Amino acid sequence: MAKTETMTINMGPQHPSTHGVLQLVLELDGEIVRKITPHIGFLHRGVEKLAEHRTYHQVLPLTDRLDYLAPMHNNLGYVLAVEKLLGIDEQIPERANAVRVMMAELTRIKSHLVWLATHALDIGAMTVFLYCFRERERIMDFYEKISGARMTSNYFRVGGLSRDLPDGIEREIRAFIDEMPGHVDTYEGLLSGNKIWQKRVMGIGVIGAKDAIDIGLTGPALRASGVDWDLRRDQSYCDYDKYDFQVITGKDGDTWTRYKCRLDEIRESCKIVRQVLDGLKPGPILADCPKVCLPPKKDVVNTIEGLIHHFKIITEGFKPEPGEVYVGVENPKGEVGYYLISDGSPHPYRMKIRPASFVNLQALPQMAEGAMIADVIAIIGTLDVVLGEIDR
Amino acid sequence: MPEWLVTTILILVKLGFVFFLLLTGAAYMVLAERKLLGRMQLRYGPNRVGPFGLLQPLADAVKLVTKEDFIPSQADKFLFFIAPGIAAVTALLTFAVVPFGPPIRLFGREVPLVICDLNIGVLYFLGLSSLAVYGVTLGGWASNSKYALLGSIRALSQLISYELSMGLAIVPVVLMARSFSLTNIVNAQAGLPFAILNPPAFLIFLVSVLAESKRIPFDLPEAENEIVAGFHTEYSGMRFGLFFVGEYINVIILSSMVTVLFLGGWHGPLLPGIVWFFLKVGFISFLFIWTRGTLPRLRYDQLMHFGWKILVPLALVNVIVTGAILLLLNPAKG
Amino acid sequence: MLDSYLPIIVLIVIALAFAVGTIVMSHLIGHRKPSAVKLAPYECGMPLVGSARERLSIKFYIIAMLFIVFDIEAVFLYPWAVVFKRLGMFGFAEMGVFIFILLVGYVYVWKKGALEWE
Repeated sequence: MAKTETMTINMGPQHPSTHGVLQLVLELDGEIVRKITPHIGFLHRGVEKLAEHRTYHQVLPLTDRLDYLAPMHNNLGYVLAVEKLLGIDEQIPERANAVRVMMAELTRIKSHLVWLATHALDIGAMTVFLYCFRERERIMDFYEKISGARMTSNYFRVGGLSRDLPDGIEREIRAFIDEMPGHVDTYEGLLSGNKIWQKRVMGIGVIGAKDAIDIGLTGPALRASGVDWDLRRDQSYCDYDKYDFQVITGKDGDTWTRYKCRLDEIRESCKIVRQVLDGLKPGPILADCPKVCLPPKKDVVNTIEGLIHHFKIITEGFKPEPGEVYVGVENPKGEVGYYLISDGSPHPYRMKIRPASFVNLQALPQMAEGAMIADVIAIIGTLDVVLGEIDR
Repeated sequence: MPEWLVTTILILVKLGFVFFLLLTGAAYMVLAERKLLGRMQLRYGPNRVGPFGLLQPLADAVKLVTKEDFIPSQADKFLFFIAPGIAAVTALLTFAVVPFGPPIRLFGREVPLVICDLNIGVLYFLGLSSLAVYGVTLGGWASNSKYALLGSIRALSQLISYELSMGLAIVPVVLMARSFSLTNIVNAQAGLPFAILNPPAFLIFLVSVLAESKRIPFDLPEAENEIVAGFHTEYSGMRFGLFFVGEYINVIILSSMVTVLFLGGWHGPLLPGIVWFFLKVGFISFLFIWTRGTLPRLRYDQLMHFGWKILVPLALVNVIVTGAILLLLNPAKG
Repeated sequence: MLDSYLPIIVLIVIALAFAVGTIVMSHLIGHRKPSAVKLAPYECGMPLVGSARERLSIKFYIIAMLFIVFDIEAVFLYPWAVVFKRLGMFGFAEMGVFIFILLVGYVYVWKKGALEWE
């Protein structure tokens, strides 16, 4: 073929389909993309650095704002890391763990709903978008009732939960979980059988198991390539091993497989939430570690110990032993890990976040070079990146 | 009253009627689309301006007119200026040959319900739809922005590709009606509409028309998820408004053409002809909106593949087959 | 005969008046506060890279050339379709040959890969 001149074009940060402020510099040969260079950092807030000047409790709200589509997962990863650093990870009450699992799985459904909504919208199926957001709204309502906030939940605490579930929420969640698989069938009805949809996603953005592992893909993007790896099962946390669920894997590693995997994961998450609700027993929601967990308000005003603990935790925070720890959790998008170093002071000496989207984004050039502009959009969608987490 | 005066008045009245109809039709088409899409997508659609949002088009027009009117510094000013005009004017002109009802008797004379029944109506329609490509292409090119350029090139190749299959799908109609005049074509369908007599041509035409209207699943020239807004990325205010109006007038015109060429125009039982005509147009327009609420978007190569490798050969074969069947059914004399 | 085009000429005038009128109206009513950044071409909020006046992929032009070839063919089909009845079998056979030749060209174009996009 004759030599062609390429056209360089900025896609993003101000673009409808780069899922936030991702900038891609594309080199186009007609409609075909020859080279992709992702530029990131437009949403950089310096969360890792900010954490070094806050007490361990104060870092928690920062983690909400990483992957703002799955805030509870970020809370969970951080909280687990701090608990491990303190050595209290065995003392978390059963109820707290159960609620953590339930909220994590609801969050997974919520995050996958946003993924499906935007992915479908990017490919032109705008109706699916609103259908997904209808269900997401229900989860947002649960969020609001449980944590007080719709987006930035800040619900988990080192040692347990910030507060117990409100009355009657179990019934509402159960009703939602009962109908959710039917909604997933509706989405499938709108998309899976559609010839145009199939043509747009089948065989697009293929990545093999070896490449996926080499790049460090995690989450559904890895499992769709045929690698059976899920932290919930393989490095169980929060008593995930008590629940019966399947790790969904695919074979082909294309956009279609990732789409199917995520939809099936929604169904599995429903199963887990149902099991949690079945086994939910009343009990304490915070570990019995007065130096770490805030005492109940009535103890603060009635007992001198409560007052002192409260004062110490609020003004100074707790001081973990020097040491370092890494905990990864299975975020809807992949493995989100928190690496903490303590020097014995009340602030983390260093907090390093291993974001799932950041690593997954690295697969974009490999998956999309040689494809067409429309495929790039589909592949950004299928990687399910969220810029808050990439830029931190 | 002198003869010429009556003729002139009749022409002006018809023109005024059609012009009014097209503009309000296009405006309410936008509202209808937003309402219908809203209902399909579990929301209400516009319902704030006037009862049931019925004054929304007016509000939109006021907003567009009062918007800032600017020309990008690097644009080709002249082409940038005339491109939306071409888009709107070609759309408005096409309706001139569309017969929207059976002739009526007024002042003791026969008045055909068409602005002018050209004996080359079909060619007039095809010619104007070719011209309409210029509006989109020049607009995108003159903007001197890469997204607009991509959009206009996509639009160009899509529109000309599907114009081919659209034109080829009309040939069987002309074969069957033996005339280019749209009135004659409608009259030839007094018995059975051509959609039933020649379903392949009807389907090819319907799909091509959907592509010509640049709507989902063929909305690549303005696919906002890929190329922001395509050819009208740089347009704002009333210039954008003209593209927009042109697009919706186009939907009405193309629906009318489907009605006239394949659905028997104004023919239908019980109701008066003009009502039938607008019912059919409304139904086809509804199909347009319905597809938008249902289907995803094709990719560029799939679009070209579909147009060139499926529709064009199919349409060609259909021409031959229709000709052969017509010859077999009633062999020509002499 | 030509007077049947009179309404169309009137319509052209009205349509032009509409197009020009609305733009002039918005020009008069709309406020204007241009600035260098506002008038710059849209590039997703980033400084321009290169320009839009570059050479484009040849593939788009191939489509245009193919269109011209096939559109001219369609132009030949129309007159034939109108007088189809009178030309009868002879005209049909002639057209059949014509379309066949075109189909040969079409197959050639297909085999050559002009309709492929990869």
